[in-house]
Amino acid sequence: MSERVAVRKTYKLFIGGKFPRSESGRSYLVQSSNVSLASRKDARDAVVAARAAVKGWAGATAYNRGQILYRAAEMLEGRREQFVALGIPGDEVDAAVDRWVWYAGWADKLAQVYGGANPVAGPYFNISAPEPTGVVAVVAPESPALLGLVSVIAPAIVPGNTVVVAASPSEPLAAVTLAEVLATSDLPGGVVNILTGAITETAPTLAAHMDVNAIDLTGVTDAALATDLEVKAAENLKRVLRPAPADHDWSVVPGLDRMTALLETKTVWHPKGV
Amino acid sequence: MFEYAPAPESRSVVDLKPSYGLFIDGTFVDPTDGGSFKSINPASEEVLAEVAEAGAQDVERAVRAARRAYDKVWGPMPGRERAKYLYRIARLIQERSRELAVLESLDNGKPIRESRDVDLPLVAAHFFYYAGWADKLEHAGFGANPQPIGVAAQVIPWNFPLLMLAWKIAPALAAGNTVVLKPAETTPLTALLFAEICQQADLPAGVVNILTGAGDTGRALVEHPGVDKVAFTGSTDVGRAIARSVAGTRKRLTLELGGKAANIVFDDAPIDQAVEGIVNGIFFNQGHVCCAGSRLLVQENVADRVLESLKRRMAQLRVGDPLDKNTDVGAINSAAQLERIRELSDAGSAEGAERWSPPCDLPDRGFWFAPTIFTGVTQAHRIAREEIFGPVLSVLTFRTPAEAVEKANNTPYGLSAGIWTDKGSRILWMADRLRAGVVWANTFNKFDPTSPFGGYKESGYGREGGRHGLEGYLNV
Repeated sequence: MSERVAVRKTYKLFIGGKFPRSESGRSYLVQSSNVSLASRKDARDAVVAARAAVKGWAGATAYNRGQILYRAAEMLEGRREQFVALGIPGDEVDAAVDRWVWYAGWADKLAQVYGGANPVAGPYFNISAPEPTGVVAVVAPESPALLGLVSVIAPAIVPGNTVVVAASPSEPLAAVTLAEVLATSDLPGGVVNILTGAITETAPTLAAHMDVNAIDLTGVTDAALATDLEVKAAENLKRVLRPAPADHDWSVVPGLDRMTALLETKTVWHPKGV
Repeated sequence: MFEYAPAPESRSVVDLKPSYGLFIDGTFVDPTDGGSFKSINPASEEVLAEVAEAGAQDVERAVRAARRAYDKVWGPMPGRERAKYLYRIARLIQERSRELAVLESLDNGKPIRESRDVDLPLVAAHFFYYAGWADKLEHAGFGANPQPIGVAAQVIPWNFPLLMLAWKIAPALAAGNTVVLKPAETTPLTALLFAEICQQADLPAGVVNILTGAGDTGRALVEHPGVDKVAFTGSTDVGRAIARSVAGTRKRLTLELGGKAANIVFDDAPIDQAVEGIVNGIFFNQGHVCCAGSRLLVQENVADRVLESLKRRMAQLRVGDPLDKNTDVGAINSAAQLERIRELSDAGSAEGAERWSPPCDLPDRGFWFAPTIFTGVTQAHRIAREEIFGPVLSVLTFRTPAEAVEKANNTPYGLSAGIWTDKGSRILWMADRLRAGVVWANTFNKFDPTSPFGGYKESGYGREGGRHGLEGYLNV
């Protein structure tokens, strides 16, 4: 009796809740797998998908977003062995699950912690509340492959933003596997979109895109590229998160800054009277 | 229209010097490599004073002074002591508010009623509010031990000269930063009087530096490598250029830029109140307001009634001498701004919108523009898309709340919006959907130091006012 032949996985992009190949038909080899090499057109398609998802995701109740994100943590926990098989240390997978749970719980607390009533000097009801800025482009850190990725995606989507992520070029397998986790988590299609391939190809398109509201340059290690992306981002005044320092410790429990950097504060006034 | 006897505010309360130097390191000095320019009264075109124009070496001197003060004095000083200096400044502003208000109206052209009743009370309140934060920063929600950023370069516009100065300097100093501030070239005088107030408060030298000048001075300041933080209020184009210039640096940036706010009137709104709000929204401060309600969206079935009432009300507006206490609409701030308002208004007529102004005698000298509305405006018209920054209102109509939201958000700007309706649930539904940093419901153009202000999209980023206003001046 012959030995069973394994069914291998095809690693593709994650756009609008689907797993298409790059429209360019290109791929590159990572750990013996062919991975899609995303094109500028793929980046633009991903922005369209992300924009289409904003209304539903930002409009969902904070409780609902929290539930869905917690569900993603459940799915991530269940696929622990898949990530380990890709070479991610088990501790890192555990930390990524915990990070995801930490952020999921913020969904329905952020508005109270970061907003509130303002005691204006007059007969007015006045309240400030955070809102998502919209579509966020994210250049994921090169490593740690999973914890780094989770640590930039979760804070962006918790408050209701949608993201287009340029995954680490050297660690795309973990990114696509995370996409499979998200695709089975009740997360609406388009809330997270993941591009694998060259940062130098996708990031400039995202930075210059007029329908992207913010860009997180955390994973950009080339200072000249980071400057170029920030200059491009100025065209429509994107909110910019600058690159993380090379020695950034991803294991430390984060603060609110990654979430608040991608929020808008809206203040509403109304007169009081009879 | 009623006849009023003139009620001029006396300008004798203002003691103007013929010329002013730069305020660097606690003293007024002559520019090293700069020149000078004249600040004029836009209501009469008379020269008010000659003012120094800072050059690159002056910027260098001021940034160095600010750095020294940050390292040696202001940074190490306990918050409770910083607070007391800010309280002193708040009190001095209250004590000298009449003088400051008259000078503001002289230099800017805004009615004394506004500088006296709006600008100056808010300026003092802003310093008073942030003074109290200086020794409570650990409670502001930005961590247990929030630290200042360092030297802040601040560039402000001419529409609310002293108020914008307060919005910039008060939170910066409360958080422990030192500042180099450049007022606008057409309205430098109240900032220079503020420098005297800093002296009077015995504020340590170098904590506040005021550099007068135009665009080149501002550019040299924000591009100076010794600056840690840039805060700018002004046009979106300049904001974009500043965002490019700080790319790749460690400088933190907050921007408060242009707007094209929709003021949305539903058919159930109390018409008289809404009309007051429309008038306040676009004619307050001659429409030189980034959050002005410059696009009136009125529900189609009440458009005729609203417009009729609006025109009747506009005919009551008194345009003229800013120092007359009866004046509602003062002078346009500069010849250049008047030219821009004229150019865009002409484009409105040329593109087919219908123009209307009440009969209105304008003074012979100075820069004046009659309150103007355009009806029959479409979303494609330049006057519906571009910020005019003058007393010009574009009127569009809508049928459903969803259409109102769609039209209101159809702009690259997102600073403010107004909603007029008697239905509470509709206000909240609309407020959720409007992409703007400030939403005024059944009111407009209200400001308060405790209330965060700032834009979405191309209206900039960061907030000024409230606890949120500290974030841009702390390393968080």
